[in-house]
Amino acid sequence: MSMASTGEGLGRRDLIKRSAALGLITVPTAGFLSACASGGGEGTTKGPDKAPVTKENPFGVAKGGKLDVVIFKGGFGDDYAKAWEAAFDKKWGTTSTHLGTQEITSKLQPRFNNNTPPDVVDDSGAQRIKLDVLFKANQLADLTPVLEAPCLDDPTRKVRDVLIPGTVEQGTQGGKFVALNYVYTVFGFWYSGKLFKEKGWTPPKTWDEFLAVCTKAKEAGIGGLAHQGKHPYYINVVIMDLIAKKGGLEAMKAIDNLEPNAFDGSAAALEAVEAVYEVVEKGLLMPGTNGLNHTESQTAWNQYKAAFIPSGSWLENEQLKQTPDDFDMQFLPVPVLAGSKLPFEAIRAGAGEPFIVPDKAANKPAGLEFIRSMLSREWSTLFAQQANSLTVVKDGVDPNVKLRPGTQSAVTALKSAGENTFNYLYPDWYSEMDTAIQDASNELMAKRIQPKEWIKRAQAAVNKAAQDPNAKNNRRS
Amino acid sequence: MSQVAQGKGRAGFVVGFLFAPIALYLTFVIWPYVQTFGYSFTNWSGQSPTFDFVGLDNYLELAKDEVFRGALWHNLLLLVFVPVITILLALFFAFMLNAGGRSGAGGVQGVRGSGFYKIVYFFPQVLSLAILAVLFGAVYRSDEGGLLNGFLIRLGLVDRMQPIEWLNEPDLVLWCLLLVVVWHGVGFYLVLFSAAMQSVPKDIYEAALLDGAGRAQTFFRVTLPLLWDSVQTSAVYLGIAAMDMFVLVSTMTSGQFGGGPDHHSEVMATVLMRNFLYFGKSGYACAMGVVLLVLTMVLSVITLRATRRERIEF
Repeated sequence: MSMASTGEGLGRRDLIKRSAALGLITVPTAGFLSACASGGGEGTTKGPDKAPVTKENPFGVAKGGKLDVVIFKGGFGDDYAKAWEAAFDKKWGTTSTHLGTQEITSKLQPRFNNNTPPDVVDDSGAQRIKLDVLFKANQLADLTPVLEAPCLDDPTRKVRDVLIPGTVEQGTQGGKFVALNYVYTVFGFWYSGKLFKEKGWTPPKTWDEFLAVCTKAKEAGIGGLAHQGKHPYYINVVIMDLIAKKGGLEAMKAIDNLEPNAFDGSAAALEAVEAVYEVVEKGLLMPGTNGLNHTESQTAWNQYKAAFIPSGSWLENEQLKQTPDDFDMQFLPVPVLAGSKLPFEAIRAGAGEPFIVPDKAANKPAGLEFIRSMLSREWSTLFAQQANSLTVVKDGVDPNVKLRPGTQSAVTALKSAGENTFNYLYPDWYSEMDTAIQDASNELMAKRIQPKEWIKRAQAAVNKAAQDPNAKNNRRS
Repeated sequence: MSQVAQGKGRAGFVVGFLFAPIALYLTFVIWPYVQTFGYSFTNWSGQSPTFDFVGLDNYLELAKDEVFRGALWHNLLLLVFVPVITILLALFFAFMLNAGGRSGAGGVQGVRGSGFYKIVYFFPQVLSLAILAVLFGAVYRSDEGGLLNGFLIRLGLVDRMQPIEWLNEPDLVLWCLLLVVVWHGVGFYLVLFSAAMQSVPKDIYEAALLDGAGRAQTFFRVTLPLLWDSVQTSAVYLGIAAMDMFVLVSTMTSGQFGGGPDHHSEVMATVLMRNFLYFGKSGYACAMGVVLLVLTMVLSVITLRATRRERIEF
């Protein structure tokens, strides 16, 4: 029969497809099995000759070298980086190559494995290479020299002194400062100023008030809380913020430090999870929100189908096209539970969008100098103008830059928070634990597990992470 | 003597021509397999050229990994259902299109408009899996904006405030995905079986009809035995597809590389990718790859053996 041979042909073609897929996994690594057998990686990097180190040139950037920059082209685009590179080339006479991409992992993994990484990487987005993974593989340069170097705007100060507090902590892995998180982000709920005005709702300050507004929303035929169900990362922001506010910074650190009672036996944790579960139990979620991805749920919220949504301050830029002109996006710190240790104004605020210099970079001095330049007022303002967001440089934005309502409200909230900002570090330190807690939250929001079960699962994830070899280095106090 | 020499000469001639493709095959297909096997004994992170040899640790851990075992179970479920459902539907439709029409003057023909149906059935095959994922993402969307939910809400079967979260229901998600694969595959196998059916001489059918065979009898006694080779190959091909499922699961379900909710749609390929690219456990992921490879090969052999039948010549 003639068909049999056709069928076989298909089978063969499929085999090749599959092996090509397998090849995809292994080909990037081809050619270094032998290198590894000898004990791994040629440690020496052949960069251009180093120029002498001076006060103006603290890392010894050689004139006329090459600079290789890879930028995550996400919500912020990559125009800002092109402007930076032009400025850098002009000052140092370098020739820079630029790659703006969303596929950080697939583009960079082979290069890391070949010891030919770029000089500067904006390692962000869904396909970022996790920092804990890079750190464990000894691929990250220590950026401490940048912190100790003189600041470009004012050589009498060190770069360390112009950073917003928490930046260094956020970029530290195993006790070493390895990533400059450049964008300053606040996390919490968001609502439409217009909708609230129309309905006569006041932004809630306590969790009970929050539930009350959600109930009113439900009565008005819309959802109370929307969340990005397919990405439980977002609802974890709410849960974790409630824990930190209720139990204070101690409760937060217990989680980051993988304490045996981080969740299990923590009254704050149980109460926080129960509070979130109340929203589910009372049917105050926007219908269907558990199965939606971030753009779908955020767009529904932009269409006034829900009162609140949790997110970071990149939300406004991300939703720019879907937001009605008169929407009046507003930020709201996560409301507090009764008897909370931190005030309502306290917010999770932290640095995001990590920039790294690979340890094996060909032109490491230029990479470090690039990072130092990013922390100048000139570059920081360039970023704010092009990407519509704040940076970790203290007062790093020209006051003449006009902000959109959401960003403006975030800045106001940040001011009222004052010293009361906090931030979790475990998602950067322990990817597996983070994922496991997200899975549990997904189940909780779908009403398939109870708060007690969530606590049990979260604690199990913590206990597992405690066996990580890095657990003893990743400690905060 | 001379014949042997001649044979050798011919072999050399053939090998000469095959050298380049074989070299390419060895470099780009076999060597990666070997490498994967090698890496599966290391703690390679995937982001560095350095790693240590850890012996069988990865495989021992794999045996204890509940997520991976769950994924394996899902793959096996799909392995049973994807080929069986797809092939049965495709056979049924192909038979209806080719030999299922009312036999007017004793001729064998398909139902009316079968040419048109054939083209329509083939449409899904033209779409890439990525488009399919987007398409069915909209069908299964969890709020009233989804095609299924919108339809059911209109009909009053589902409460507007509690739409069915198709891909977020542990008991539904795998079947929802199965439906997509079947929808995608039926058209192709229909055309494949149609072609096979058309190569069956008409006189066999006519003889069966004259003997008073009904549609069912014609199908089971004549068509199916004559198509057995095609069915067998299709089963292997679909079986391999069921062992993969990566694209659909990773794009349609929740979680890093899919697999959600709570690992209920996890397949081996998604667990592998998450460990490989996200958790930095590439050596461990390579061990999964080896297991996946061995399983796929074993299953192909079993399928081919178990379905072996005497060939009918015509």
